[in-house]
Amino acid sequence: MEIGLGQYLTVAAILFTLGIFGIFLNRKNVIVILMSIELMLLAVNINLVAFSSFLGDLTGQIFALLVLTVAAGEAAIGLAIVVVYFRNRGSIAVDDINAMKG
Amino acid sequence: MSLAGFFFYLFAAITVASAFMVISARNPVYAVLFLILAFFNAAGLFVLLGAEFLAMMLVVVYVGAVMVLFLFVIMMLDVDFAELRAGFSQYLPIGATIGGVLLIELILVVGSWVTSSGEALKIASPVPTEDGVTNTEAIGRVLYTQYVYFFEAAGLILLVAMIGAIVLTQRERAGVRRQNIADQVARTPEASVAVVEVASGDSVFPSSTRGSE
Repeated sequence: MEIGLGQYLTVAAILFTLGIFGIFLNRKNVIVILMSIELMLLAVNINLVAFSSFLGDLTGQIFALLVLTVAAGEAAIGLAIVVVYFRNRGSIAVDDINAMKG
Repeated sequence: MSLAGFFFYLFAAITVASAFMVISARNPVYAVLFLILAFFNAAGLFVLLGAEFLAMMLVVVYVGAVMVLFLFVIMMLDVDFAELRAGFSQYLPIGATIGGVLLIELILVVGSWVTSSGEALKIASPVPTEDGVTNTEAIGRVLYTQYVYFFEAAGLILLVAMIGAIVLTQRERAGVRRQNIADQVARTPEASVAVVEVASGDSVFPSSTRGSE
């Protein structure tokens, strides 16, 4: 059986679903939520690269590179916020984070 | 089944299995390690797709930098992760429902995908067809010409993220003596040396500070 675009898109869809599922399952643990977001961004990257490869257009790979950049920045800022939050409150439970609002 | 097909199913199966372990692992350190495995196998998928540069980028950026950052933060924070898992089974039904609905929707979309016949005319930056042009070189040719502003914007985003992370996590500790080079350089003899006329038998200090004699 030849591997086509559909197979890659299915893998990406499963990964994206697992990312969303992870956010629902671990809704108290910020670090696992950040990791689930990384999984979803990886699924998006697989979609972009699969389309780029099967359509013969390099733009998808350029865009995947930009997604990679934004994901790295997001992880750095997110983890910095987690560290600051832990320093102030001694916990990283998501339930308490609404204390940040005004 | 061809060799490429075998490796596709191998990489895809390990990616999905380790992604599942990421969200269900009891210990976040194991979750990070499974995420690293998932990224390695996704890099394998990228190699199968002919995107070698992005595959290596994924290994370098994610495994080398982002995941190590995650590991550092998890090990630095003294958190009771077992307590954070409370309610895990409570959220299972709604999460599974939403995830299942989304997965069915996505697979229906993917299954009915048809490429438009006039699509070949709309390609923005085609993959070079001549021999000897590697994927890295092809990406470089369009990244530094057609998409140079996007490239600079990506650099700017990284700079902002770096400054933001430093500003957020830096703290001023009280009682630490730091060197202030600007103050030291700005010192002048007029501001720091005073010439005092001292009478014979008297002290440099004013009599009020001498204490009782």
